[in-house]
Amino acid sequence: MSKLYSGAEIVFKCLEDQDVEFIFGYPGGAVLPIYDELKNHSSIKHILVRHEQGAGHAAEGYARSSGKPGVVLVTSGPGATNVVTALTDAYMDSVPLVCISGQVPTHLIGTDAFQECDTTGITRPCTKHNWLVKDIKELSKTLHEAFRVATTGRPGPVLVDIPKDIQFAKIKYTKPKKEKKSNGKLHNNFSQDEINELVDLIAKAKRPVVYTGGGVINSGPEASDSLREFVRMIGFPITSTLQGLGAFPGDDSQFIGMLGMHGTYEANNAMHDCDLLINIGARFDDRITGKIDEFSPKSKKVHIDIDPSSINKIIKVDLAIVGDVNEVLKAAVKTISQKKNGFKNSNKQNVSKWWEKIEKWREKDSLGFINSKETIKPQHAVRRLYELTKNQDTFITTEVGQHQMWAAQHYKFNKPNRWMTSGGLGTMGYGLPAAVGVQIAHPDKLVIDIAGEASVLMTMQEMSTAVQYNLPIKIFVLNNQYMGMVRQWQELLHEKNYSESYSEALPDFVKLAEAYGCKGIKADNPDELDLKINEMLEHKGPVIFDCRVDPNENCFPMIPSGKPHNQMILGPNDKKDNKITGKGKALV
Amino acid sequence: MSNPKSAYNIPTKKSKSGTHIIVVWVDNEAGVLARVVGLFSGRGYNIESLAVAEVDAMKNISRITIVTTGTPQVIDQIKLQLKKLVPVHKVADFKREDKNVIFKEMALLKVVGNRSKIDKCLKACKTFNPVILDKTKKSVVIQITALRREIDKMNKKLKSNGLISTSRTGAIAMTRGSEIFK
Repeated sequence: MSKLYSGAEIVFKCLEDQDVEFIFGYPGGAVLPIYDELKNHSSIKHILVRHEQGAGHAAEGYARSSGKPGVVLVTSGPGATNVVTALTDAYMDSVPLVCISGQVPTHLIGTDAFQECDTTGITRPCTKHNWLVKDIKELSKTLHEAFRVATTGRPGPVLVDIPKDIQFAKIKYTKPKKEKKSNGKLHNNFSQDEINELVDLIAKAKRPVVYTGGGVINSGPEASDSLREFVRMIGFPITSTLQGLGAFPGDDSQFIGMLGMHGTYEANNAMHDCDLLINIGARFDDRITGKIDEFSPKSKKVHIDIDPSSINKIIKVDLAIVGDVNEVLKAAVKTISQKKNGFKNSNKQNVSKWWEKIEKWREKDSLGFINSKETIKPQHAVRRLYELTKNQDTFITTEVGQHQMWAAQHYKFNKPNRWMTSGGLGTMGYGLPAAVGVQIAHPDKLVIDIAGEASVLMTMQEMSTAVQYNLPIKIFVLNNQYMGMVRQWQELLHEKNYSESYSEALPDFVKLAEAYGCKGIKADNPDELDLKINEMLEHKGPVIFDCRVDPNENCFPMIPSGKPHNQMILGPNDKKDNKITGKGKALV
Repeated sequence: MSNPKSAYNIPTKKSKSGTHIIVVWVDNEAGVLARVVGLFSGRGYNIESLAVAEVDAMKNISRITIVTTGTPQVIDQIKLQLKKLVPVHKVADFKREDKNVIFKEMALLKVVGNRSKIDKCLKACKTFNPVILDKTKKSVVIQITALRREIDKMNKKLKSNGLISTSRTGAIAMTRGSEIFK
């Protein structure tokens, strides 16, 4: 007779079999048996956060920067409800998370017991799937299934709710069986015909553009290699969504910058005027498309995505290829190289006129800004940070708002998995705990959270986690004392009625840093900026950097609401659109 | 331009919406109906009627039949989103106009009145396979099976003849001929 294990032991056996190294969690009554078992499993390290939302975002940062699923462990009731924001965030941005939550004992479910909530009910719409384990016999099967669901197809969060009596109950443990395809949830059955059609479209295109998204990152680092090979082979301009940054080198001449609401002039105009649009692993999000009716009106559209429900959801496409980005790109590269008679050369000639046009758009320098000698411009701060860190392998996380857009615009990413930001849900407070998770996955790398002072205060408590585990994360706060993006919208759309967007009584971030036991640095003068940034980089431990920036700076370029890509508001540097306030009002 | 101060798209022309019957085969497990229904409510799809029951006790499969309306794009999304749910095995979609598919709903009608009123009701129900399930001197419970709109009509028509209570199921569907949906 084989050994009997408790439910709590089985949880760890499953985690070990799934090669889990780190759990982000917070203990509580309904998960105590699992916490009790932790000491017997040295290969798994628990990271104690300060709030369950932090656990979720840290696991997201870990997952996105390492490609492995993030594991979260929380208690019942408030533990589970606190993690809902992070689960929703992971769901929107397709991040694989496995969240294990404790639950009150099965006989108390439904009695409004202490710290009881309908966890599976609450998390049903924000997970790929969730399970309430009511029978110890189901536990190991369910946990392994949870990892499978989280990591296959389009990745996403899952939750397993384990009542306390199940954690105590005993049973034999069976190792997971070899993967069987269940329910056809894996979609990787594109055909060579579809690839041929794609290659034909590529050969005919005169004004093409490649538009990539987070799907390339999720497909693994190999997919980025395939993308680079593919794009260099066909010589097309490439733009990327917020989530896709890093899949293609940001400093490459073929890269025309990010697209969308705060994308570059050249990328958005290319999207509008193109005759072939190849969407690779992106989902035509509303921040990208602008006005749907006038979105890229003259183009044939190709959509490569692993999730069939993404296809034709927002934009009707002419060719849909459902499959893993890496597999599709490899097949496309293979097919192109098999074609004889120098397909590559003739095609590059085809698009040379298009490139000339793009270069004209590029000359607008839409990311330009008027620098100042008196105050630090936030764009300047991000550019200096980039210049001073580009020689190391740097991981950047962000919060949500203006600083996030400036980071996306002015920091150049050359590798995938180096950029972690909350795109779909737009969760303020994401960046600091995400940086904790990234640093856990990459202990020797430089990890910087480019933050805003409003966002970072939402999860500031995780500084304590960083200090506890000696995680030398750098919190680079672009402090403009406003909820900047809110203020910008109010300026442009609500007659400068800055309703509740100014933060009074902000903390002294340097003293706050010291209170947490880490280093605080403050910069409010452009002359000292480089020196201070270097001081931050040289410091071995965690740092909060209070970068006092111009509070009135707006994030440009910008596509106003309900407008197509070719009607952008450019920054104050652009003479033609200098009447920004007057015209901006009329536009939106 | 409805709301010029919105950060979102302004919806413009919509394509025509049609009535579809969506049939979903699911694992009969706790919460599965909530997943399906929650998907509809969460994404703003509409449910006209719903019928659910286990159809294969051995394999633990339930069959959910949902009548919904939407544009072709919305109907496509409904199908694709349903297929993404882990306990969903397959999804079928029939247009209401489809001649190759049988749609039926059942209703129980309670009529209270004198002999002649009851007889009038029974006569009116004649084409809908009426079955008398209960009968007293003053009342009758009639079971009919018919299309949704036919039951709607009967429901109105019999009010004046003593119909005091109606209970009805959602529509269920089955293809004609020897073929089954795979």
